[in-house]
Amino acid sequence: MGSQLRVYRQKIRSAQTTKKITRAMELIAASRIQKAKQRLAASVPYSSAVTRAVSGVATFSNVDHILTTEPEKVERAAVVIFSSDRGLAGAFNTNVLREAEELSTLLRNQGKEVVYYLVGRKAVGYFSFRGREFERSWTGETDNPTVATAQEIGNALVEKFQADQVDGGVDEIHIVYNRFVSMLTQQPLVIRLLPLEIIEGVEEPAEHELLPLYDFEPNAATVLDALLPVYIESRIFTAMLQSAASKHAATQKAMKSASDNADKLIKDYTRLSNNARQSEITQQISEIVGGADALSSAKK
Amino acid sequence: MAELHVSIVSADREVWAGAAKQVVARTTEGEIGILAGHEPILAILAPGEVRVNGNDGSVVRITADDGFLSVENNRITVVSRVATVV
Repeated sequence: MGSQLRVYRQKIRSAQTTKKITRAMELIAASRIQKAKQRLAASVPYSSAVTRAVSGVATFSNVDHILTTEPEKVERAAVVIFSSDRGLAGAFNTNVLREAEELSTLLRNQGKEVVYYLVGRKAVGYFSFRGREFERSWTGETDNPTVATAQEIGNALVEKFQADQVDGGVDEIHIVYNRFVSMLTQQPLVIRLLPLEIIEGVEEPAEHELLPLYDFEPNAATVLDALLPVYIESRIFTAMLQSAASKHAATQKAMKSASDNADKLIKDYTRLSNNARQSEITQQISEIVGGADALSSAKK
Repeated sequence: MAELHVSIVSADREVWAGAAKQVVARTTEGEIGILAGHEPILAILAPGEVRVNGNDGSVVRITADDGFLSVENNRITVVSRVATVV
């Protein structure tokens, strides 16, 4: 067998093995994405109830609360980056990290110090590779986020937010994550969590409907105190779920194009190896014919 | 009489939803019973049990830890990080 032919066959085999792996990963991601989407949908009642209540308190009462008022001077801002634990997801992590870098540049230009909180091994890897510091990190369950972790992150952030500036407290909290738009589109998104910027989901009351004038028990300030950490936690949990769903979608897309690419490679190399085989045969025939010719002419 | 629409949600899912006649919950201030037509209220829940009395006399008990309760236009939402139907 010609050496050229052997090289092609080897390449075909390696493409086939790779394809097996990428195909399997594609299927796994496709099944996980369904689960992730269901979890996302299941968490909607909670987050919308919390959002509604927060907007209720913030809109219909005039309490001054640390979490809703803008500080006069912002010294330090926290940025929470939601990445994934594993790669092989196309531009998923690159996008979110680039968005975070842009945000950091913006914040630094405004004279703010940036403190990082990282979720997911990829962000941690990115930071430690560049020798940059981060405040805290959470890894290991980006594929399947739990409420407990969201609570932990939320508590850490709110605690930092309530601390004084001299003690390393932060005045702003931003989150950066991939929003799950559809199976094909995931959009990196920056949201300022605190101080509350825009309260989403405040429904404009219809003409005939009166605004619910809430009564607060025990009182508005206490309710807000109890509500805002819950709100932050729910936003973080939503971000984690969004990020997980986006990750699976991105993986599926990346693995699909990898499998397609492997298919193309296999096809191309098969053509080439057929060509090589054919030319080898042609060469052998012409050698035999040439040899026979030479023999018969020598006999005469 | 108008009836109450109750939904009880925990962080990862909606635990229970349906119509009811009365909801009894424990807030930080004490027990509160809510019938249809109650004024809008936002209350912080104390750890304990939320009781939903259905129209047909059925009772659903839910344990809810640190959450809150909101009432508006006969819609009651009990929001708790961890809520389970007993």
